[in-house]
Amino acid sequence: MSAPLIATRKLSVHYPLRGGIIGQRPIVRAVDSVSISVPKGSFFGLVGESGSGKTTFGRALLRAAPISAGDVVYDDGEVRYEVGRIQAKELKSYRTRAQMIFQDPYAALSPRMTVRDIIAEPLEVMGLTESREQTDLQVREIAAKCRLNLEHLRRFPHAFSGGQRQRISIARTLVARPRFVVADEAVAALDVSIQADVLNLLQALQQELGLTYLFISHDLSVVAHICDHVAVMYLGQVMESAPTRELFAAPRHPYTKALMSAIPSLDPDRRDRAQKLEGEIPSPTDPPSGCKFHTRCPVATEQCRREEPRLTRAGEDHEVACLRWEELFEPTPGGLPAHRPPPEIRGVREAGNT
Amino acid sequence: MSFSLEAGEVMGLVGESGSGKSVSARSLMKLNAKNAVYGADTKITLHLDDGPVDVMALETARDMKIVRGGAISMIFQEPMASFAPAITIGSQMVEQLQIHTDMTRKKAREVSIAMLDRVGISDPAKRFTQYAFELSGGMRQRAMIAMALSTRPKLLIADEPTTALDVTIQAQVLDLMKDLVAEFGMGIIFITHDLGVIAQIADTVAVMYLGRLVEQGPVREVIRNPVHPYTKGLLAALPQLDDLDAELVPVAGDIPSPLERPAGCVFHTRCGVAIDGVCQRVVPLFTQLSDDHRVSCHRASEQQVVV
Repeated sequence: MSAPLIATRKLSVHYPLRGGIIGQRPIVRAVDSVSISVPKGSFFGLVGESGSGKTTFGRALLRAAPISAGDVVYDDGEVRYEVGRIQAKELKSYRTRAQMIFQDPYAALSPRMTVRDIIAEPLEVMGLTESREQTDLQVREIAAKCRLNLEHLRRFPHAFSGGQRQRISIARTLVARPRFVVADEAVAALDVSIQADVLNLLQALQQELGLTYLFISHDLSVVAHICDHVAVMYLGQVMESAPTRELFAAPRHPYTKALMSAIPSLDPDRRDRAQKLEGEIPSPTDPPSGCKFHTRCPVATEQCRREEPRLTRAGEDHEVACLRWEELFEPTPGGLPAHRPPPEIRGVREAGNT
Repeated sequence: MSFSLEAGEVMGLVGESGSGKSVSARSLMKLNAKNAVYGADTKITLHLDDGPVDVMALETARDMKIVRGGAISMIFQEPMASFAPAITIGSQMVEQLQIHTDMTRKKAREVSIAMLDRVGISDPAKRFTQYAFELSGGMRQRAMIAMALSTRPKLLIADEPTTALDVTIQAQVLDLMKDLVAEFGMGIIFITHDLGVIAQIADTVAVMYLGRLVEQGPVREVIRNPVHPYTKGLLAALPQLDDLDAELVPVAGDIPSPLERPAGCVFHTRCGVAIDGVCQRVVPLFTQLSDDHRVSCHRASEQQVVV
C-alpha cells in the first residue's frame, strides 16, 4: 500500500440544530470519528445509504464542510496541508490540489455560460493562467482529454445530453490539474448506457493525469467495478473497509452483506435473497446506543445494544466494526466470487462485449 | 407500438431517458400535454369488469375519471413532487376515494388507514395526519403506493418508482409491489432504465428506443437471449456484482434528439452491427422469435443462430 495522499484521523463533522434549550441543542453527528487513509493513485470507494454521512465526509476533506474534531492531512509529496487548519487565503491554493465532481450535471453547469467559459472558470478564479491564450490552451487540452468535441466549446450546456454534461463537468474539475478528486455520486443521475462511458472516462483520466479519487456512491455494483478499495459508512461511522475484491468475496459486516444482497440481480430466478434489510436508517440526531446498526441488524444481540464496536483488523488491509464478525464469519471455499452467474448470463455479457 | 397486458402481470418498460417510456404509459390515461397528437389509428382498450373501454374515445375530464385514478393509477419517481405539500397525506387519500367511489368520509378514512398499514407504514393513524415532508423517501413512496391502490385500480403505472431510493429501500418497495400484485391482481407497467430491477419484478419486458419498441418478450428470454443490439448493449453496460472482471461497455454515442429521428432503423446510428445500405433506409419489421418473443432488427434471423 502506497503512502496516503489524504488521511483522516478521528474526523468528526457535527452540526448543532437550532432550537432546544441552550446548552442542550440537538447535534447532528453527520460524521463521527472517521479514520480513513486514501493511498496515492487509488480509486477509493465510499458507500452507504442516504444519510450515512458519506457526502459530508467528502466535503470535509475539501474543507467544504466544517471540521468539528480530528485531523485531515493532505500530502502529495510537494505540499502538505493540515486541512482543518488551512486559513481562508490558503484555501484557494489547496483547492488547486483537491477538487470535486458533482452528481447532477444539469444543476452543476450555469446555463448562461458557454462550455469554454465553464471549463475556464476555475483557472480564472484561481488566477492560474497569465493570458487568455494560455487559458484557452489549457481548456482545449483538458476538453480533448475528456473526449469533448472542441467545436462544442462555444455552445451552451442546454445543447448537451446528460453524459456530455457530465464530461464537461469533469473537464472543469480537472482543468486546474488537481491531484485529489472527490466524485460525489458522479454517475448516479445518468442512464446505465452512459454511466459505463463516464466510468471508463474516469478510469482513463486517472491513468493519464495521475489522479486519486474518493468515489462516493450508494451503488455497490458500480463501486465494485471501478474502485480498488471500499469503505462502507453507516450513520457517520465506518462499518467496514477493505480492498474491493476482498470485501465482495468475503464481506464481514452484516450491513455490507445486506447492501450487497439488496442489489437487483440480473437473474430472474434469483429473486428471493437471504439478507433483507428491514426499516430505514435512523436519524443522526438520535443515533442508537451501542452498535449504531443494531436496530436493523438481523444478528444483533443484547451486547450490541450496549457496546459500541471498534474498527478491528479482520484480514490484510481489512477492517470491520462488528462485535460478532468472527463468530459469524464463514469463509467461502475457493475464494471469490462467492457465486457465479448462470452460464447463459455470462454468455450474454461476453457477447455484448464484442 | 403495440402491447397487451393481463391482470396480475407485470410488464417492464425499459429504455434510456428520451426513449418514450413515460409518454407511452401516460397515453393510456391520455395524460400527455395538450399538444400531443395521437396517431389516427391508435387504439387503447381497457377491459373492465363491466365491458371494454375505448380510452381514445374519452374526451371530457368527467369521462376520463374512469381511467385516471379509477381503473388506472400511477406512481412516480419522486413522491415528494406528487403529494401536495400543504395537505395532509390523509386528506389527499380521502379526497381521491371520494372522487372515485361512493364511500363516506368515515369509510374512506378507514380504508386509507388500512391501506397505509398494508404497505408497511408504521403507526398509520398518525401518518394519516402528517404531511409528505414529514416522511422519509421510502415511506413517501409507500404512501404513494397506498394511495394509488386504495381505489383498487386494474392497472398500475409505476414510472421509475424506485430510482430515487436507496438500494435497501428499493428492495423493500419491490417486495411490497410483488406482494400487492399477488393480493390485488392488478397489472403493472413498470417503467425503469435498470434491467436488474426488471429481472427482479417483471414477467414480461418491452425495450423501447426513440419511441419504438425494439424487443419484447418474457423476462427470462429477453435477459438471457437478447437479440436486439440495443438490449444487448443495455445488458453489457450494467455493472454486476457477479462478475467484477467484466468490462463495462457503454452503448456508443448518445440517444439522438427525437426531432432528428434517424431514417430506417432508429438505432442504426449507434449500432455496431448495422448492415450498410439496409439499416439506414429500411425500417425493420418485427421478427417473431418464439410465441411471445419478438424483435425489430434486420439482423434478427442470423443473430438467432449466434445466440
